Amino acid sequence: MPPIQGGVQTSGPGVATLVRDPATTAADAEAADAALAASGDGRAFERLYRVHVARIHSLVRRMLDADEADDLTQDIFVRAWDKLNTFRGEAAFGTWLHRLAVNVILARRKRVAVDRRRRHDDPAVLEEASGRRETPEMTVDVEAAIGRLPDGARQVFLLHDVAGYRHEEIAELLGVAPGTSKSQLHHARMALRRHLQ
Amino acid sequence: MDIWTDRLSEYLDGTLAGGERAALDAHLAGCAACAATLEELRQVVARARGLEDQPPAADLWPGIAERIGVSAEVVSLAARRARRVAFSIPQLIAAGLALIVLGSGGAWLALQQRARGEGRSVDLRPGPAGAITLVSWADSAIVSSNADVLVLRAALDEGRRSGRIDSTTVRVLEQSLATIDSAVAQARRALQADPNSVYLHQHIAQTLRRKSEFVRRASTLVSART
Repeated sequence: MPPIQGGVQTSGPGVATLVRDPATTAADAEAADAALAASGDGRAFERLYRVHVARIHSLVRRMLDADEADDLTQDIFVRAWDKLNTFRGEAAFGTWLHRLAVNVILARRKRVAVDRRRRHDDPAVLEEASGRRETPEMTVDVEAAIGRLPDGARQVFLLHDVAGYRHEEIAELLGVAPGTSKSQLHHARMALRRHLQ
Repeated sequence: MDIWTDRLSEYLDGTLAGGERAALDAHLAGCAACAATLEELRQVVARARGLEDQPPAADLWPGIAERIGVSAEVVSLAARRARRVAFSIPQLIAAGLALIVLGSGGAWLALQQRARGEGRSVDLRPGPAGAITLVSWADSAIVSSNADVLVLRAALDEGRRSGRIDSTTVRVLEQSLATIDSAVAQARRALQADPNSVYLHQHIAQTLRRKSEFVRRASTLVSART
C-alpha cells in the first residue's frame, strides 16, 4: 500500500492521486448546496433536508415532545430556508442549522405550556427519574430515561452530552449561569446512571 | 455520598482546577464509592454520545416544500411567478455579463497561477477504485443548476411560440446562458487541473450560486410574461 501523505497518495515518482477525506467532500457538497439553496434552488435545499432531518427531528423529540416533533421539524426547516441568506459559511451548515433548531425549540418552550412540574425542576422529579427501574427494557432505554428528566436538566444534558455544546454556550442559550448549567448536567447524569447499571 | 460526589462530572469533563483535580485524584484512590460513581457517570456520557438519530416516521419534505413555495420535485415556475419581478431584461443581461467576467476571470487566473507553478496543486492520474473525485460535489451542483436551465429554456420556448417574448430577448438570454455555461465549464476545467485548490472550490460554488440566481431571476421574468 503506497504511503498517504496529507491526503495525497503517491504511487510512483511524479505521480500523485489525491484521496479525499469523505467528511471534507461532504462539507464541500453542503457548502455548495447551501449556496444554491440560498439563491432559490429547492432541490439543493431538499438535499440538505435529507442529510439533516434525522438529527433535527431527534433533537426536537428529545428536547420537547414527540407529539410536536414533526410539526416543529417542519417549522425549523422553513425557518432555515427563510434565513439561508444569513448563512455565511463560517461554520458548517449542520452546525448553523442545529443552532437555529435549538433556538426555535427554546422559543417554542417559552410559548407552549409544558409540564409545570418539569419546568420547576422539582428535586423530587429527579429522584423519581433516577429511581424507576421496573423492567429490564427501561434499564437500557436511555432515551426514555432522558425523557423523564426535569426539563432544565434534560435540556442541559442533551445540549452538552448529546449535542456537544459547551457550558458557556448552553448558559447563553438558556439564559442561565454557566455554574447552573454544570450543576444541572451533574444532576442529570446522576439521575441517569442507575438506568445503565 | 461525600463532598466530592458533586464534583465528579467536572472531573470527568476535565474542567476542575488543577489543585482540586489533584485532591480528587487522591480521594478516588481510596474511595471505592466515588470511583464506582465516576465509572457510572462515564458510562452515561458514553451512552449519550452513542445515541442514534432517528428520522421521522413520515417524510416531512412535501409539507416543507409546499410551505417554502417549491414543489416536492422541482422548483415550480408557478411559485416563481408569485415572486416580485424586480429585474428588467437589461438588468439581467448586465448581471449575466458580470457573472461571465467573474467566472471567466477567476478560472483564468487560477489556470495562469497553475501554469506559473503558484498555489497548491498536484499531478493527478486516475486514482484507485474507491478514491473520491475532488469534483464530485461540483458535478452534482452543475447537474442541479442545469436542471434549472432546462426549466428556463422551456419557458423561453413557450414565450417565443406564443409571441409574448420577442426574439431579441430570447436570443440575448440564450447567449447569456451559453456564456455562463462556458464560464462554469472553464471553472470546472480549472478545478480538474487543480482539484486541491481551496480557492477554486469556493470560486466554482460562487459561480454556480450566481448562475442559479441569474436563472432564477430570468425564470421569474420570463414566467411573468408567458
